[in-house]
Amino acid sequence: MTLAEVPTRIVYSRPEVLDKRVTHYCPGCTHGVAHRLVAEVLEEMGEVENAIGVASVGCSVFIYNYFNIDFVEAAHGRAPAMATGIKRLLPDRTVFTYQGDGDLASIGMGEIVGAASRGEKITVIFLNNANYGMTGGQMAPTTLPGQKTTSSPYGKDAARFGKPFRIEDAYSGFDMGYLARGALVGAANINRAKKMIRKAFEKHMDNQGLCYVELLSPCPTNWNLAPLKAKDFLLEEMTKHFPLGEFKGGDAK
Amino acid sequence: MAKQLIKGNTAVAEAALRAGLEGYFGYPITPQTELLEHLSARMPELGRPFVQAESELGAINMVYGAACTGKRVMTSSSSPGVSLMMEGLSYIAGTEVPMVLVDVVRGGPGLGNIAPAQGDYNQIVHGGGHGDYHMIVLAPASVQEAVDLTALAFDLAEKYRTITCIMMDGSIGQMMEPAELPPMQPLRTEIPDWAVRGAKNGDKRVLTSINLDPPAQEVMNLRLMKRWQEIEANEVRYKGYFLEDAEYVVVGFGTAGRIALSAVRAAREEGIKIGLLRPITVAPFPIDVLDELTEKVKAFLVVEMNAGQMFEDVRLVVRGRKPVEFFGRMGGVVPFPDEVLTEIHRLVGTPQTTEGSPRDRWLARLAETIG
Amino acid sequence: MPAKGYIEVNELYCKACELCVTDCPYGVLALDMERLTSKGYHPAHMVQPEACTGCGICAVVCPDAAITVYRYERQKGEA
Repeated sequence: MTLAEVPTRIVYSRPEVLDKRVTHYCPGCTHGVAHRLVAEVLEEMGEVENAIGVASVGCSVFIYNYFNIDFVEAAHGRAPAMATGIKRLLPDRTVFTYQGDGDLASIGMGEIVGAASRGEKITVIFLNNANYGMTGGQMAPTTLPGQKTTSSPYGKDAARFGKPFRIEDAYSGFDMGYLARGALVGAANINRAKKMIRKAFEKHMDNQGLCYVELLSPCPTNWNLAPLKAKDFLLEEMTKHFPLGEFKGGDAK
Repeated sequence: MAKQLIKGNTAVAEAALRAGLEGYFGYPITPQTELLEHLSARMPELGRPFVQAESELGAINMVYGAACTGKRVMTSSSSPGVSLMMEGLSYIAGTEVPMVLVDVVRGGPGLGNIAPAQGDYNQIVHGGGHGDYHMIVLAPASVQEAVDLTALAFDLAEKYRTITCIMMDGSIGQMMEPAELPPMQPLRTEIPDWAVRGAKNGDKRVLTSINLDPPAQEVMNLRLMKRWQEIEANEVRYKGYFLEDAEYVVVGFGTAGRIALSAVRAAREEGIKIGLLRPITVAPFPIDVLDELTEKVKAFLVVEMNAGQMFEDVRLVVRGRKPVEFFGRMGGVVPFPDEVLTEIHRLVGTPQTTEGSPRDRWLARLAETIG
Repeated sequence: MPAKGYIEVNELYCKACELCVTDCPYGVLALDMERLTSKGYHPAHMVQPEACTGCGICAVVCPDAAITVYRYERQKGEA
């Protein structure tokens, strides 16, 4: 029997709920991984027809083009407020926001804190790439000390602009359903991140309060690093400031 | 139903509830707070969502999300809070989802004070948020009128997929007056086709205000403008008093219009042929009736609780054909009917001109009064 | 060891980021420097197909969901 004659089965293929169009993301940017994981989780949970996404402002502003689910587009930073409005009116729907770090951790800090403190029953997918991607790589609250960006050309001075914003410290007092941080490079990290996303959606649908998954993502273009170097930077430098793991609602260790 | 003595804010809240309000999101601010408080009690009683947001910014964006579900939703605030809402209002206008905003206007600019004022006319009627959009703006002059306009506000918002603002000032919000509340209406059951709900069978809906392609965005702008033309043609509302034989006409909305009516009545008793035009929709502005009056009357007097914001719209219609004088009090000061009557006497008793600046003349008179 | 699986790269989606190339534990993949996709990228392709186990790691790390993974369904005892 030649190889061509051996029967095969598909063990992995692109999720149906992802639209067929090509994303506008740069090569090596892992917004696409986050999209795929959310798509897979929604498919596996049977929530595709029940889901309403809230897009934010940033590189993922056009996320609704890439998913075959209902979406609304929020103003910059306001996605958790918009998701609150939707979830309160349609309490049986799976309502999630998809936000970047400029959106959530800077301009939208008020809205995410408000939603978290109310225990709003939504899922928040937070993609952290340590800069403002869409506007061309400016400094964000998540930018690492010393990291050069287009608005911190000498490297971020933490004494003047603050240490990287870490949600698990900031929100330690909130009664959240789930709070975890994963990374979107390397198969083991990505598989773990998918489990986190799954857990977040499950706990959210179980009305356990706001469920939040932060996903570290490389930004090769604005970090001025080739995709493979950007991956290394994420694993070697970014995780020093942003430890991976579950901080609330995780399995007992 | 029998009339009851009820505060304006409470009455509007209850009227909204009875009109089938399905979601309320707000933030405390004087002189609007009773509206929020009333709904904080009544909405849960009926199993309907009520959220006190973290800010007006949060509140308007919650309304934005809630409006995307096609349900009857509203928020309320007062001037500084409405300033904070401007971002969301522009997005809501750009997404073409219906909502009702109640603005209980107070003295400004800045933190100002909590007294009744009409200084929000420009930010509500002429935008405030970025981009070209209009809201329908209803300006009640009594608690009863505020109640009656509330159900209409929802109907208009849904009919035109637009924002309707009930712009009342602090005195309407805070005043207790006898008013008759409408009966409780059942909630709507049908969902508009555009509303998000979860994409069944891949039938997906996206509600957004982004349009990177300028020609496509222009088409969207054109759609908004055409809809506004339709609103201008069909939804103008005003009340005229003693206009049939009027030689002079006072123009005023809301509380200023109500105070002016007392002055007009007093002037009529003196035999002065004067009437009052009180726009109920300040947007769309009652252009046609004002245009007709311009042909008939000798002069106009615009009375407002601001520095002459609607005054500019009146002047645009009159176009220098007749003198338009202005009288206003600012910063939360409410004019007395006597002051307006004095202005009427001046209008009728001295030669009027279309020359010069009516605002400068008014400011000079005001400076003599308040130093 | 004969191949246990193979992959297909949808060249519409592939952006040549190389993450699949370096993350493949068996050195199966490389960018095809001889060809360009319609978007101007050198697409990933199999250069050591016999080493592919169909593990799917390449598909997991792919940011553009460009990879489909197949496994051969051999009966026991087949070569």
